[in-house]
Amino acid sequence: MTDVNPVPAGASTGAPAEYPPSTRAGKGLFGVAGTGDTSGFGGLVRQRPPVVTPPRPFGGYLDEVYDALEEAYPQFGDAIERVDVHRGELTLHIAPERIAEVCRVMRDDPALRFELCSSVSGVDYLGSDERRLHVAYQLTSMTFRRRVRLEVGVTPDAPEVPSVTSIYPTADWQERETYDMFGVIFVGHPNLTRILMPDDWEGHPQRKDYPLGGVPVEYKGAEIPPPDARRTYQ
Amino acid sequence: MTQSYAASRDTTEGKVFTVTGGDWDQVTSGIDPLTDERIVVNMGPQHPSTHGVLRLVLELEGETVTEARPVIGYLHTGIEKSIEYRNWVQGSTFVTRMDYLAPMHNELGYALAVEKLLGIEEQITERATTIRVLMTELNRISSHLVWLATTGMELGAISMMLYGFREREYILDIFEEASGLRMNHAYIRPGGLAQDIPDSVVRKTREFLTYLPKKLKEYEDMLSGQPIWHERTKGVAVLDVTGCLALGITGPVLRAAGLGWDLRKTMPYLGYETYDFEVPTATTADVWGRYEVRLAEIRESMKIVEQALDRLKPGPVVIADKKIAWPAQLAIGVDGMGNSLEHVAKIMGQSMESLIHHFKLVTEGFRVPAGQVYVSIEAPRGELGVHAVSDGGTRPYRVHYREPSFVNLQAIPAMAEGALLADVIAGGASLDPVMGGCDR
Repeated sequence: MTDVNPVPAGASTGAPAEYPPSTRAGKGLFGVAGTGDTSGFGGLVRQRPPVVTPPRPFGGYLDEVYDALEEAYPQFGDAIERVDVHRGELTLHIAPERIAEVCRVMRDDPALRFELCSSVSGVDYLGSDERRLHVAYQLTSMTFRRRVRLEVGVTPDAPEVPSVTSIYPTADWQERETYDMFGVIFVGHPNLTRILMPDDWEGHPQRKDYPLGGVPVEYKGAEIPPPDARRTYQ
Repeated sequence: MTQSYAASRDTTEGKVFTVTGGDWDQVTSGIDPLTDERIVVNMGPQHPSTHGVLRLVLELEGETVTEARPVIGYLHTGIEKSIEYRNWVQGSTFVTRMDYLAPMHNELGYALAVEKLLGIEEQITERATTIRVLMTELNRISSHLVWLATTGMELGAISMMLYGFREREYILDIFEEASGLRMNHAYIRPGGLAQDIPDSVVRKTREFLTYLPKKLKEYEDMLSGQPIWHERTKGVAVLDVTGCLALGITGPVLRAAGLGWDLRKTMPYLGYETYDFEVPTATTADVWGRYEVRLAEIRESMKIVEQALDRLKPGPVVIADKKIAWPAQLAIGVDGMGNSLEHVAKIMGQSMESLIHHFKLVTEGFRVPAGQVYVSIEAPRGELGVHAVSDGGTRPYRVHYREPSFVNLQAIPAMAEGALLADVIAGGASLDPVMGGCDR
């Protein structure tokens, strides 16, 4: 992947870069980079998250989890698309069609024992990932007191992901919420209906191309634009 | 008047109409009241026993529930969407409104997640951490008191409702003293706290710690030995550890089933491993067990509050890093929380640089390095998880709350089906759902 906002020469203030170079934080006060336009009329530009494949060892228990899964799951090479380690958290990017299998191994293997699926939630990486609709599964091992995140990405045209409700029944409502908010279709879910929005709602509100729908507000004679139409600082 | 609704006949006094009214005769003749007792009942969304706007669709056979379906979403306010259009600090004021009975926990989870994304966990001052413990434990007590109050009311102990809310008021007074607001404080913020606590908070909290035990004794005298309370809670809405884990139920409900899973002990944060407290459990896995666990948790939280008060040492409550710390010295004025007058005098009259810094940080906010984290804390209702994603900008890219109320409500069918209608109330109440948190 390429950086959508390459830093022009001389735009950086030369402060020591503390974070991976694909992020703009840590460069100069308030991370000024690019054109240095602070007027805000550059428009709201979303930036891509960094893709940094970490070197082994990952640190802590992360290596043990990774190795145990590799040993317990024969299709490991096919299923794991990418590995991220950020702030001491391990993210395994799984091929969407394999997620249920991986979850079953994660739950049942004696060396893994991720008994609890803490959370299932969606993230829309519009503009930075071709398979922009991501679903993140936060698994918790109560036996070993570990956490790991599994992530899958699908396109809005083919948003099918196998449901993990047969492995983690708690994912039932959380998958319904992800369907409701992002339009990810969980194949095999017993009752995939909207949960927070009304049944006849159109669209999936948490997608990044779904507008916030704010209205301008008048305050002391001046018109304050809605939050999604306000100028942003670049 | 049409003849189809009212037949008429002529009498000596004139024409008389007999109003029949629709097709009710046909409707009622289709039902045999003696053999067919299956009815579908909508409980809620506006029902005093549903802790907010929870709707339960119940299929009943007589008094027995054969099928229960919770319907949620009536309090969905799109908080997670709105956050994406505000800067990282403003997020605190949104998340605090989710679970309105545990606002401090919402703020804490958010603050910890943002701090982890920034990689500044080590720089949070000791005093800020201690006050965070103090506030969240007080909030746990107030939340459990509301649980006791509302559950008492729903099971017929109306006085318990008055007592519980009365004692909670003391805690809200303490919160008001510290943050300026009784609820929705936005007090715990990324980088520290909105402002330091005045000495009166310490004094009031100590007073409360001597006051509450007597009241807890009164609650126990009133409820624990009472036959009606026993009948309504013992053996009701049983959910064992297996059921809890499968459905993702955490918090007092899981601990009442016998598994002592408390994130403060098992995956400590805020230095909880240095505090001396127990994780109360029960083995009955019913409403009674949850009642006992919550009462014991109030006592354990009081122990933590006391230790936190003893540890309070003078010091800063916000991070030293000026790129993150809120530039204004916030102060509680007569009309609530605001910028301190000294700060306003400085930026408006003395230092142009301070004004620019203030303006930039308040309007634009700070940037958070790209990445994602999942932080979980032990809220009064169970595991409160915050999945925060940053794209490197000044606004949250995505913040998702793993709300214990949302996840725990999935247990209602498992608890209610096959039980009596009255036990649906007791079972639902024992989950302690807060719909503001559930629907977000």
